[in-house]
Amino acid sequence: MSCWETVSAYAFRSLGYGERLLPRSDFTLCQQFTLIGSGLIWNIYFGLIALTFGFFLANAIAMAKAASNPWLRKPAEWFIFVFRGSPLFIQFFLAYEAFVLLPRAGIEIFGLTVQTSWVTKAWAGALFVLFLNTAAYSAEIFHGALRSIPKGDLEAADAYGISGWSRYRRIQWPTMLRLAWPAYTNEAIFLFHSTTLVYFSGFPAFQQRGDALYYANYFADKTFNPFIPYPIVAVYFVILTLLLTWVFGMINKRLNRHLPSNMSRKIRLRPQLIR
Amino acid sequence: MFSACADPKSIEGLQWLLCYLTTGKHVDFYWSFATVLSLLAITAPVAMGFGFAGAMAARSQILPLRWLGKGYTGMVRGVPDIVFFLFFVIALDQGIEWLNHQVQCPDWTAPIRQGLEFRVCPEAKVPLGSSPQWLHKLYGFGLAILTFALVFGAFAANVLYGAMQAVPRAQLETAEAYGMSQSQVFRRILVPQMWVYALPGLSNLWMILIKATPLLFLLGVQDIVYWARELGGAKTSAYEYPHGDWRLYYFLFLLVFYLSFTRVSEIILGRLTAKLSRGQATAAGEAMRKAGI
Repeated sequence: MSCWETVSAYAFRSLGYGERLLPRSDFTLCQQFTLIGSGLIWNIYFGLIALTFGFFLANAIAMAKAASNPWLRKPAEWFIFVFRGSPLFIQFFLAYEAFVLLPRAGIEIFGLTVQTSWVTKAWAGALFVLFLNTAAYSAEIFHGALRSIPKGDLEAADAYGISGWSRYRRIQWPTMLRLAWPAYTNEAIFLFHSTTLVYFSGFPAFQQRGDALYYANYFADKTFNPFIPYPIVAVYFVILTLLLTWVFGMINKRLNRHLPSNMSRKIRLRPQLIR
Repeated sequence: MFSACADPKSIEGLQWLLCYLTTGKHVDFYWSFATVLSLLAITAPVAMGFGFAGAMAARSQILPLRWLGKGYTGMVRGVPDIVFFLFFVIALDQGIEWLNHQVQCPDWTAPIRQGLEFRVCPEAKVPLGSSPQWLHKLYGFGLAILTFALVFGAFAANVLYGAMQAVPRAQLETAEAYGMSQSQVFRRILVPQMWVYALPGLSNLWMILIKATPLLFLLGVQDIVYWARELGGAKTSAYEYPHGDWRLYYFLFLLVFYLSFTRVSEIILGRLTAKLSRGQATAAGEAMRKAGI
């Protein structure tokens, strides 16, 4: 099998297209690169969707945590504490066991039957956990940024008679985003890293359609040689990290475009890692 | 454990639960908490040692040593840590066996990598195939600790390196002006002052380390996650204590364990930060001075 044939057979293996059987012997470098790259599709899927939806929820929770009303503040504080204080690994297990307990036949609500079997699948269940998890971490970042908005900015807004929602939308939110962005970049990177936990934590890989690490683990188990598949995963993730840093750097530039260049916040990678 | 539990089929209610929670397997489950705690207790100082060495190497005057330090601290950025966890355990295992093989059987001719297999001579197996079960377990645990220490050492090196850079230059220059040698400056001025800068990063790292302990399960150690899955799974009436699928409750228990653990750590570390900030030339120290604490 030439390398090109391998690529066309396995490039979308993780989504269920192409060759069904995984290679069992005579593993080539090309196969490893292709299959692990194919698994990376799932990592990107989990990361992108969880990040996009998590961003909105995080904004809402950060606002709730900054609210003076305890009925809003307390639940937000607890949400953040539960998701930041416990390992993501346990959260995955817990969510999976909880989803499995849902009735198989579906739940009857107002005469409509809601199907429940799909939430035990990784694409939905794990995504849900990742979404809540990243929302909690980002909310903490945004809340910190909300509190460090310069006092002068808010006083200036008051002086101009800008108040309430329009003050939030025009003054607080953009400044919050600008201040939070470097930390949020790190959060995004580590969210992508933590997507590798999905297939090691309860959610089974259906028909061997796993993520990058799932295939790397498959190769390492079959060949007893960790020195090829894991570095391949590492290479893929370094590329992904560089891409993310670049995209977030562009957004950071845009957020800071009104400031002199020495005042804009630089993005610095800070290891925060395992959830 | 208790004599009343001799016939579990006949007892009910609270007594059943009491007997259920004191079976031999549950005692193993409780002991696995000790495994996790001992992992933390051993890994934290070892990782600090690695981190300190890494940070010192990264600051070294000698170029190759500096490269080594920088490479070590840079290693963990950009790559998911779980990759390191999976990689190091196999790599360390094979590395140790390979070294042992070179020493024990120098005249072994067959290649070590035979296609898909990694084969060293029987005497070089670590631990030996004939050794008892507990030695295998201990070896696995030791490998896990070494892996944790290596990965977290790299993070700690990052933090400590930053903290060493953060100590005001004037402090070091003053010490030099008093005629202290480089190593004296390091020991007497730099190290005592750096902790207050390192503490936020180190406490963050401690939280991360707590939350990384379930990964022991992936490394094949029988830890709390392993036992929670094992004990929680549905038991048919062939077992002494039949029950349905209780894994959810076991994992809820683990969740509460971790939440309270991180909460207690947070409180203790907060107090420690306050204590260390006292009398320091930082914003926090200044605030404390003004408040008259």
